[in-house]
Amino acid sequence: MRGMSLVVKVVTNIVVGFIFIYGVYIILHGHLTPGGGFAGGVIIAGALVLRILAFGVEPVSEKRAEERASAFESLGALLFIGIAFAGLIIGGAFFLNFLPQGTPLRLLSGGIIPLCNIAIGIKVGAGLFTIFLALAAIKYVMED
Amino acid sequence: MTIIPLYFAIPLLAAFLIPVIGKFAKTFTWLFTTAVSFALFVIALYGVAAVQEFPLIVCKMGRWAPPLGIVMVLDAFSAFMALVISIVVFAGALFSYRYLSHYTGQWKFYTLYMLITAGMMGVVLTGDLFNMFVFLEIAAISSYALVAFGVDAEELEASFKYMVMGEIGGLTFLLAIALIYARTSTLNLADISNVMQMFGQTTFFWTVLGLMLFAFSIKAAFVPFHSWLPDAHPAAPAPVSSLLSGIFIKVLGIYTTARMVFNVFGLSRANAPMFFNILIVLGLLSITFAGLTALNQKDYKRLLGYSSVSQIGYIMLGFGIGNYYGVAGAIFFILAHALAKGLLFLTSGAVVHATGTRDLNKLAGLGEKMPTTAWSFRFGGLSLIGIPPLVGFWAKFWIILGALKAGMLWLAITAIVLSGLTLYYYLKIENSVFLKKGKVDAKPAPFTMRIAMVFLVVLIVVLGLGFQQVIDFVVGPAANALLRGLEYSQLVFGYVTTGF
Repeated sequence: MRGMSLVVKVVTNIVVGFIFIYGVYIILHGHLTPGGGFAGGVIIAGALVLRILAFGVEPVSEKRAEERASAFESLGALLFIGIAFAGLIIGGAFFLNFLPQGTPLRLLSGGIIPLCNIAIGIKVGAGLFTIFLALAAIKYVMED
Repeated sequence: MTIIPLYFAIPLLAAFLIPVIGKFAKTFTWLFTTAVSFALFVIALYGVAAVQEFPLIVCKMGRWAPPLGIVMVLDAFSAFMALVISIVVFAGALFSYRYLSHYTGQWKFYTLYMLITAGMMGVVLTGDLFNMFVFLEIAAISSYALVAFGVDAEELEASFKYMVMGEIGGLTFLLAIALIYARTSTLNLADISNVMQMFGQTTFFWTVLGLMLFAFSIKAAFVPFHSWLPDAHPAAPAPVSSLLSGIFIKVLGIYTTARMVFNVFGLSRANAPMFFNILIVLGLLSITFAGLTALNQKDYKRLLGYSSVSQIGYIMLGFGIGNYYGVAGAIFFILAHALAKGLLFLTSGAVVHATGTRDLNKLAGLGEKMPTTAWSFRFGGLSLIGIPPLVGFWAKFWIILGALKAGMLWLAITAIVLSGLTLYYYLKIENSVFLKKGKVDAKPAPFTMRIAMVFLVVLIVVLGLGFQQVIDFVVGPAANALLRGLEYSQLVFGYVTTGF
């Protein structure tokens, strides 16, 4: 995939970090404010997709990126189900909220819920990015 | 600590571990999948033993009490379905090793295979309507991908057709869930059953039930909603065809229908004879139409696909009869058909693996070259027709007994006569693939494939000989679990308060 014009590249360079950080913020505050793992994950995927669209990518490195994203996707899912299993092992109930609940409305509260949000964020961000890369890969095949 | 979450959590865990390890070790991935399937089989056996003692075991996710939290409910019917799933999944996993040798990206296959298992296990265990939808979609979406696994034009077309039809069913189910949630403000099956009971059999009741029956009929491929199945099941790799035809359509179509009709909506032949007659009509339509269509098929797997649609009709017939023998027969038939059709699709896989074609006109004389496959096919086919003492005979016998006990002599005779169709199309494959003289190059099936087929043959024979034990410990309790109807909700809430 070829990149876009210089203007787009410069602007992307400026905003892409902010978008990414905003996605992380949405994930981490999932148990306090609207949003959460899924919404934050989509924003993170958006940042990654924007970077690829603006700067372009070689087929070889795209393949590598897809593999890495797919590994992260599995990692997110494993993290999520690992948390569920931890509840089963520590407290005797699947998905048990076994961590201390903390003070409501503080960042460190809600027990396992922030951890679940992080896992979902990784999974969704990597998953959507993988889908984007797969669709882009189809475009190569069609162009060839 | 309870074992219930393990049913679906273990395959989910395996599904997400495989992409991490699978790229590096092909054989290990297969061993891992087979080991996980076997572990599920052991868990399912333990579950069947557990429900002998308790009528119903409730597991609260994260200790949230219903109706607010999600519960997993293991009763005799769920335990039975989970056992059948694990048997077919185990045989298919064993079979996959050599069969997949000419595919690339095998770890993707095993990931999807474990996901579809997790989805099916979730559907049979959940006590929550929306949770059921989610698991149903996990299983369904994995199956779309598995059907398209070969990525040839034929497979992609079949998968697309299947996906469109399947999603119409899935979305109709979602519509029914939305309507139920709007009126009852709950998603817990037991709670819905309580609220529905207060409403009585109103227009709303029948609308929702009709939508659900439509959705599940597509998933189970009853005639006239069957058109996707004869394309999709043959296009999939053989272990997946075996899984889809053997158990998938029964979990997504039959289990869900039976659970909704009997336990949630509380219908029985006594209070809704008309509805049960509709089930019988659906059943007879499937048996006759798909059976007749199967007669002039020229593709090994496509013929088996039509046969599945036809045999599914018998299961619906059993439920439609609605008395103990009919329902027990239907449940027994789920087991018998899962074993037989699972086995027949595995034999088709062995034949395709050896010869590279599934055209009945091109195949010949494999009876001598592939003896294990040929004899496995014969056992599976005879069980499907209903020859004693194989397991298929007892299943059909119980359904016919149910029809006689309900005073429907014509139905019993029709069911027996329609078995002739099964006999005819079974003999057609037997004749053209195994008996007919001809020169087709083929080597005997590889060892792992033979083990998988022999495993199912042994089950067909042993369960047929020990049918009394199967009825007493597995099928009978499962039928009673359905027939106790609305008592289901009291049991769910009763066990919650005792805090099992």
